[in-house]
Amino acid sequence: MKSTILKTASNYLLPILLLFSIFILLRGHYYPGGGFVGGLIAAIAFVLHSFTHNTDATLKLLRIHPSSLIPMGLALAALSMFAPMFVGMPVMTGLWFDEPFPVIGMIGSALFFDLGVYLVVIGVVLTILFTISQYSE
Amino acid sequence: MELVLVILIGVLYASGIFMLLRRSMVKLLIGLILLGNGANLLIFLLGGITKGKPPVIDNAAKLFTDIYADPIPQALILTAIVISFGIQSFAIVLLKRVYVLVNSDDLDDLNTPEEEDI
Amino acid sequence: MLIAVLAGLIVSILYIPFGKYLRGRLAILVALLPITLFAYFISFIPAIQDGRHVHSHHPWVPSLGINFDFHLDGLSLLFSLLITGVGSLVFLYAAPYLKGHRYLDRFYGYLSLFMAAMLGVVLADNVLLLFIFWELTSISSFFLIGFNNGNGASRKSSLIALGVTGGGGFLLMAGLILMGHLSGSYSIQEMLGSNEFLKSHTLYGLILILVFAGAFTKSAQFPFHFWLPGAMKAPTPVSAYLHSATMVKAGIYLLARLQPVLGGTDYWMYPLVVIGGITMLYSAFHSIFRTDLKSILAYSTIAALGMLVFLIGIGTAESLLAASVFILVHALYKASLFLTAGVIDHETGTRDVTQLSGLRKVLMPLSVAGILAALSSAGLPLTFGFIGKDLIYEATLQTTGFWMIALTTLALLTNGLLLCAGFMAGIKPFTGNLPDSFAQVHLPNGLMWGAPLLLAILGIILGCAPWLVDDALLNPAAYVMHQSAIDSPLKIWHGFNLVLLLSGVTLALGTLLYIVRKPSAASLASIERYNNLAPKHIIGSLARYARKISIRYTRTLHNGYLRVYLLRIIIFAILLLAFRLFTGGPIKLTFDTLSPISIYEVVVVGILIAAIYITVTAPSRLTAVVATSVIGYCICLLFVFYSAPDLAMTQFTIDTLTVVLFVLVLFRLPPFLNFANRGVRIRDGIVASAFGLVIALVAIQVLNQPVDGTVSKFYGDNAYLLAKGKNVVNVILVDFRGLDTMFEIVVLSIAAVGVVSLLKLRLKASEKE
Repeated sequence: MKSTILKTASNYLLPILLLFSIFILLRGHYYPGGGFVGGLIAAIAFVLHSFTHNTDATLKLLRIHPSSLIPMGLALAALSMFAPMFVGMPVMTGLWFDEPFPVIGMIGSALFFDLGVYLVVIGVVLTILFTISQYSE
Repeated sequence: MELVLVILIGVLYASGIFMLLRRSMVKLLIGLILLGNGANLLIFLLGGITKGKPPVIDNAAKLFTDIYADPIPQALILTAIVISFGIQSFAIVLLKRVYVLVNSDDLDDLNTPEEEDI
Repeated sequence: MLIAVLAGLIVSILYIPFGKYLRGRLAILVALLPITLFAYFISFIPAIQDGRHVHSHHPWVPSLGINFDFHLDGLSLLFSLLITGVGSLVFLYAAPYLKGHRYLDRFYGYLSLFMAAMLGVVLADNVLLLFIFWELTSISSFFLIGFNNGNGASRKSSLIALGVTGGGGFLLMAGLILMGHLSGSYSIQEMLGSNEFLKSHTLYGLILILVFAGAFTKSAQFPFHFWLPGAMKAPTPVSAYLHSATMVKAGIYLLARLQPVLGGTDYWMYPLVVIGGITMLYSAFHSIFRTDLKSILAYSTIAALGMLVFLIGIGTAESLLAASVFILVHALYKASLFLTAGVIDHETGTRDVTQLSGLRKVLMPLSVAGILAALSSAGLPLTFGFIGKDLIYEATLQTTGFWMIALTTLALLTNGLLLCAGFMAGIKPFTGNLPDSFAQVHLPNGLMWGAPLLLAILGIILGCAPWLVDDALLNPAAYVMHQSAIDSPLKIWHGFNLVLLLSGVTLALGTLLYIVRKPSAASLASIERYNNLAPKHIIGSLARYARKISIRYTRTLHNGYLRVYLLRIIIFAILLLAFRLFTGGPIKLTFDTLSPISIYEVVVVGILIAAIYITVTAPSRLTAVVATSVIGYCICLLFVFYSAPDLAMTQFTIDTLTVVLFVLVLFRLPPFLNFANRGVRIRDGIVASAFGLVIALVAIQVLNQPVDGTVSKFYGDNAYLLAKGKNVVNVILVDFRGLDTMFEIVVLSIAAVGVVSLLKLRLKASEKE
């Protein structure tokens, strides 16, 4: 798509959407939102960028291939699942810090699990779409 | 309102099934999406619909003070929506792949004559 | 004991990595397994003799009543010793017999597996465990019969054997489960306590039919006997081991084992006596027409099995003792004859009795083995066979009236015919003049003639000194079947009485037959004319017809059109649901519980239905995709109305991505084509509408049911207290049901991997067609 306005706009939209997605991710435990939605919004941000520029440019921007986000996310989620085992509690027990952190709020194992979901969703969506678009070209 | 939704679900199911029975693979895929939407709405409706009371606890409170929408169907459907995206993308790529190989959108072209002799 | 049973399984697995080192001289080493086990079971003799039983229990699937329960008593011990004893000799014999064979390791693997399975059958106390081992023997037998898998006849025979024994096993399983279910325990020992209950139960007849089906197929009883002659395609050591001494006796074992549980009634006795009687006479008669050594032996084995079933059917103390003696007698002489036949085949290259003669001049020790075994099978005095035959006559004479005459005559005829068959297999090849073509024949490795000779000599030793085994082995075995002490020591000499007279008549009859009848290809042909009436042919044609019908049936139902399958499934679902709705009573609608209708909702639903209509009727792909996305966004709005913000957000983003996906892929595809004609479209439309209607009715039905909110309430109440979250949906996803979410993202990852591999896959030019 060769639209200068859209192209310029997407340059600004990308960081804003990414920030928004992280916001959605972090507030997921208290307000509507969470890893799935956050991840999807982040994925849309990159897809938009790839539409206006092209897939290779977006991949360059990402620095790492989105497919490598999938194992990272899975590992993070699994780790947060098994982390309670190391302190002698059953698997998947929620662990929380006692005091809330500034900006982020309460931090616990569930947040890291959600972060894992977020990464997997970005990885899966971008891998699928980018592979398809590269194949079509 | 429930009755209107029931009719909507019936229409979604009927159109989904109708599309599933087509010979074109793209129509089959659209049929799958329609059916998925119908199923999601059905689950949603059967959990009971509540207006303007999301299952989110008030900022100040620790427990629900008012009635709230059933969170379980919502969690189920959320999962279903995301999974269906995975299925759709896989199916659509499969379709593309088949199209490139046999150069047709017709399901019947996938039946090779040799198979029918068995 | 668990280890003893499982040792064979473990060893057979070890052959996979280490088998290739065993091809050379080391092959002898593998015989250590059965020899060790033989010694192990020998050590139980004193305990069994004192009337003690050995029981071992290891839980396996206790919730289903399946446990590794093993029980060693007289009957099990007799069979265990046969299995490991004959097994040792067969293991030793097979090493030179199959020397240099490519798959020797595989052969020993199957053989070890079989031995373990067979030990499992005779030692298992749990009927389900017994069934598992029972099937394992069928499977290992399948591999052993088809061992020469390059040969079509071999493959076919193994399939027939598997089909017959496997089918019987299937019925047996039903019978065993029924027994276990009715008696409340799957342990045979515990079933003994409820035998009266089982026998008086209305399902007793069904249990008997099922159990008999299993036993008769396995032990090759008429009309299922035909798989056994076919099984002779196996290498001879296998025939000797499986198809004469052990596996085919599993059915006998089963009957013997269940005799105290199910036996003692007319329904038990008559089928066994009649089927056993028919089998023994039918196959003894057939055996004297055969010209192939192994074929003669196969038919005489079937006759012997029929004899055993017959004896168990009579069910008196004498007959059961006779059965346990005859099991041992038969195993000794028949294995010996088989191994002899194997050597003859191996050295001369033929098994045709019409050609074999005079081999005593070149195979001296072997001829001793063959002749001694034949004499034992004939039941000459001072052989073990004599004692067995005496007991059989004693058993038949114990019955009264018409039965006595009928059964005794039957036994007499069978024994006479068997004697002739035994002479043909054991004596005929060694007597007479040596043809020139066999002049170069020489004795093989000592293991090959040593094994049959040892078995044959053992038959003579036991014949002279039956006290070696009667208290130690045979009486305890008969005791298990009869459940009361049998105090009749085996005697070498009974004095001059009716039994001796019958023995004499048998001998005269058989010998006369042997002298008069000369086996020839012509007489074989004369009996093969009746093949069309043989059970093998009838069951074979039944199988062929079943195949034809199933092919036709499959062609109709499985015609390769996806939408036809779908149509059938959907119509069936509609009928099922409609039936349930129809029988479930009238559909009530309570309007007062419904929520009010507002105008913006109706507008959204209206747009939705319009979008659905456009999707279904769209002429182009792009229109359909756009309309589909409109549907998605409208549903998203509905989620907003009804307090599901998370769902709305997810649906919105996913819908956007789906459109992108469709556009990316479908951009280059050709326009929509309408393949179906009007009639098909109307038919599909009716079916689809019916389905939609049924679903709507179901939804209304469910709406009238009160919602059980216990689980929802738990999540709502504990979201903050336990999981420190306030958005309950998200708390469910990442905390309460985190494991589900974990699997969900795994599934997503798999979908991504699938997409990537589908697209990156490059087909070779040859596969493009």
